[in-house]
Amino acid sequence: MTKKLVVIGAGMASGRMLESLIESDPAAYEITLFNAEPRGNYNRLMLSPVLSGEKTYAEIVTHDDHWYETHGIACRFGERVVEIDRDRKIVVGEKGAVPYDKLVIATGSDPFMIPLPGHDLEGVIPYRDLEDTERMMGLSAKPDAKAVVIGGGLLGLEAAAGMAARGVDVTVVHIMGHLMERQLDEAAGYLLRRALTDKGIKVMCSANSKEILGENGHVKALMLDDGTELPCDLLVMAVGIRPSVALAKSAGLAIGRGVHVDDRMVTSDADVLALGECVEHNGAVFGLVAPLYDQAKVLAQTLLGRDAAFQPKEVATKLKVTGCDLFSAGDFTEGEGREDIVFRDPARGVYKRLVLEGERLIGAVMYGDTADGAWFHGLIKDREDVSEMRDTLIFGPAFQGGAQADPMAAVAALPADAEICGCNGVCKGRIVEAVEGGATTIEDVRAVTKASGSCGTCTGLVEQVMALSLGDDFVMPTAKPVCGCTDLTHEDVRRLIKAQELKSQPAVWQELGWSTPNGCHVCRPAVNYYLLADWPLEYQDDPQSRFVNERNHANIQKDGTYSVVPRMWGGLTNARELRAIADAADKYGVPTVKVTGGQRIDLLGVRKEDLPAMWADLNEAGLVSGHAYSKGLRTVKTCVGREHCRFGTQDSTGLGVKLEKRLWGSWTPHKVKLAVSGCPRNCAEATCKDLGIVCVDSGFEIGVGGAAGMDLKEIQPLVKVATEAEAEEWSVAFVQLYREHAKYLDRPYKWIAKVGMDWVREALSNATERAALVARFDLSQTIYQKDPWAERAEPAAARRFQPLADLTLEAAE
Amino acid sequence: MSWIDVGALEDIPLRGARLVKTPVGCVALFRTGEAEVFAASDRCPHKGGPLSEGIVHGRAVTCPLHNWVFSLETGEAQGADEGSIPTYPLRVENGRLLLDGDAVGRRAAA
Ligand SMILES: Cc1cc2nc3c(=O)[nH]c(=O)nc-3n(C[C@H](O)[C@H](O)[C@H](O)COP(=O)(O)OP(=O)(O)OC[C@H]3O[C@@H](n4cnc5c(N)ncnc54)[C@H](O)[C@@H]3O)c2cc1C
Ligand code: HEM
Ligand code: SF4
Ligand code: SF4
Ligand code: FES
Repeated sequence: MTKKLVVIGAGMASGRMLESLIESDPAAYEITLFNAEPRGNYNRLMLSPVLSGEKTYAEIVTHDDHWYETHGIACRFGERVVEIDRDRKIVVGEKGAVPYDKLVIATGSDPFMIPLPGHDLEGVIPYRDLEDTERMMGLSAKPDAKAVVIGGGLLGLEAAAGMAARGVDVTVVHIMGHLMERQLDEAAGYLLRRALTDKGIKVMCSANSKEILGENGHVKALMLDDGTELPCDLLVMAVGIRPSVALAKSAGLAIGRGVHVDDRMVTSDADVLALGECVEHNGAVFGLVAPLYDQAKVLAQTLLGRDAAFQPKEVATKLKVTGCDLFSAGDFTEGEGREDIVFRDPARGVYKRLVLEGERLIGAVMYGDTADGAWFHGLIKDREDVSEMRDTLIFGPAFQGGAQADPMAAVAALPADAEICGCNGVCKGRIVEAVEGGATTIEDVRAVTKASGSCGTCTGLVEQVMALSLGDDFVMPTAKPVCGCTDLTHEDVRRLIKAQELKSQPAVWQELGWSTPNGCHVCRPAVNYYLLADWPLEYQDDPQSRFVNERNHANIQKDGTYSVVPRMWGGLTNARELRAIADAADKYGVPTVKVTGGQRIDLLGVRKEDLPAMWADLNEAGLVSGHAYSKGLRTVKTCVGREHCRFGTQDSTGLGVKLEKRLWGSWTPHKVKLAVSGCPRNCAEATCKDLGIVCVDSGFEIGVGGAAGMDLKEIQPLVKVATEAEAEEWSVAFVQLYREHAKYLDRPYKWIAKVGMDWVREALSNATERAALVARFDLSQTIYQKDPWAERAEPAAARRFQPLADLTLEAAE
Repeated sequence: MSWIDVGALEDIPLRGARLVKTPVGCVALFRTGEAEVFAASDRCPHKGGPLSEGIVHGRAVTCPLHNWVFSLETGEAQGADEGSIPTYPLRVENGRLLLDGDAVGRRAAA
């Protein structure tokens, strides 16, 4: 007598299993197949092309009625199994029970619905089956339809792109900082986001959903925790899946996250087998289809009493959104002793990252050009030793064989029509022609061919072509790159950030071809500064790209304690402020109190944990941070001037206070110190400051580019003006010019030495330009002129200054 | 191993660090990626700089005092500098940070 096989769930895994079983032995079992969905097996992966309109449902059916009939399978579609009775060996469906000899559980997984208030409103759906897909497709019938997708992973993005393709206005709300963070790193996430934005999809990262708002029982909008409301007619939640184990659990089978199976796909009951997304094998659960197909083959063999064992292998993912070419395989997240190889081609929007562990490739992420995906996936799966081709690995299989690791040899080998400059479409032959026509410098070549004239990232390649053509006559220029992460100089980076309107760090890393995932301690502070100086409104300052002093808003001392310097405007203080400082010194046990060279008081030796409370106390007395730690405005030193001194010609103290109130809080390439002296006797030592003003009877002499550090520099005259207002205007304009043009960590005197004092004078002597500089400075100040102490004394921010946990207590018991 | 919940992943800013006091001294928890974290001693072997205050890049941190760079995976100083910091097992589960209590506790008792 043929044995009875009952299968619960007609999905991707069980479909493949039945094929395999019938192919090996069509007569082995009498099969009953239950499916909760009112249909047989279709290709679930292809729901996204159905949603976007690239395929129809009929095209994705894998097993039709005819197939089930031919193989004598009793189909119970649209009928959910409600119980498994293992003692009596029967399966109970909604319409009746069926006995089994062998049972296969293939119930897949359940989409996880975040239990936000309003999650049970009509119009809040997951993305799992044909019904969900049809709901989304139906939306396009409504004019101006809006949808919100929670979840910026694979499924959420496919849902978003599909609906957008049908003309729906879609917003993706993602809790993490970048899209598909499980598969992609930030740079690839940035490219993906850009591509989706180009398709008209709005993407909100680091966004936390708070509540789903409804009207008459139907979803109306999603509210975020910052109060933003996103109106929508449909809300799709695609935040993850959970193995569907309820049935197995109530039947008393062993389960963990999924139904436990051994290598033969047998559960804790020898007559019950399981496969697909509902199982857990060796601690792993599954979310992609490839390993499920292997399980299907193994399970079919086990049912036939043959030996087979399931072995998980590395899986690869592709995002099925037209126009977003994305591939990721293997493991590229945590782990010890791993190395990254990064390749970026900004002109083509290509990003590739390989992760190596010892001699083996263990992970790969690619965006924009995924042609080599299969090859890399093969290397990962086969655990091949790649040490021999390590240097050229990232260029793919085409580059192996010859094994030319020397970049010059590689350039020499390029054919004449190989494209060198992607922006301007200049090929190697054209550059060689230019050289033969007499060009000897990169500027010459740029002038006649435009090569390297736009994004500039091909400059190195152009130089290599020139070197090959010119031979010994060409001396490779040795402009110093910012650091090991890039070949570009600071000046290039500044220019390109403006020219290409790069407004985020990932944008800089990608578009300018950084060779590391996210920079290093040398370039990150510089890039952070350039971005905030050039895009004060769009870019958000990144504390993690700042040195400790600027992050903690205090100077770290050699013993790890900090010093605290409150601002004293123009060196002025009063009894109330001094009392507050004295109280703080007592309260926090400050060991050293010193008068600084910048006319204010330094409290040295403060513990990090005490900083927020001390700041709060000082704030209370009206004192704010003196930024004695920042690449920004430090102090404006003044003398007592006309008000008290018999030589005084102007109110030098008053002007100093005005300047300090105007300039404080601004970030600059390096520290900036000012001084105002009331007469040429110069008691405030204004002639060795970044900007120094010496008052005379007829007005104010402004000089710039002084310094009294390792180099001693006297200021150079900039201009003489008659009124205080003009003095203030010129000072602000100078600081802004410096902010916009100087290289990070160049004091003004160094910068002036590069651009020339004449250039600075000329730039500032144009009244319109001066006014524009002042306006840009003031705009930036609307964002940055905030007391950092007040912000960090807030409880939420203050907590960051405390240890996260204290385990010394627990361990003592 | 005994995993101890020391806080939420979100408590550490991306490419930032937080401290945990333990019997073996201050341990810095670094967040190098959205869901990638490492734990290592907070003390720089050069002159005791607080590594949790350094700039985190790739899977490395730069000491804020004299710019030594340490791999967070191996604890080894990179480049020409020689030295290393102890690293400790740390993992993320359901958004929580789990630190291996045995590694940071029993060592001191032994
Ligand atoms: C839109 C979408 C796109 C995807 N794209 C990809 C991709 O590109 N690449 C990739 O590898 N993977 C992709 N996946 C994942 C892939 O589809 C799944 O890994 C695969 O379908 C899982 O197969 P399964 O047989 O375990 O479960 P399923 O295919 O989900 O089948 C389970 C079936 O069991 C039924 N069932 C559940 N409980 C009961 C019950 N009590 N009684 C009766 N029937 C029940 C369900 O109705 C369902 O039909 C995608 C998934 C979705 C939703
Ligand atoms: C880690 C190193 C340094 C620390 C902690 C430090 C700290 C300070 C502090 C707290 C002040 C008082 C400033 C104020 O009131 O705002 C000061 C003043 C000063 N510092 Fe530094 N400094 C450092 C490095 C330098 C360097 C490298 C130079 C030289 C290039 C320098 C030159 C000066 C000068 C000239 C003053 C006096 C300013 C004035 O008279 O207006 N400092 N320093
Ligand atoms: S600089 Fe001139 S005005 Fe100022 S205190 Fe000295 S002597 Fe007096
Ligand atoms: S002069 Fe030298 S020792 Fe003195 S505070 Fe400045 S940097 Fe430190
Ligand atoms: S103390 Fe860390 S580098 Fe000097």
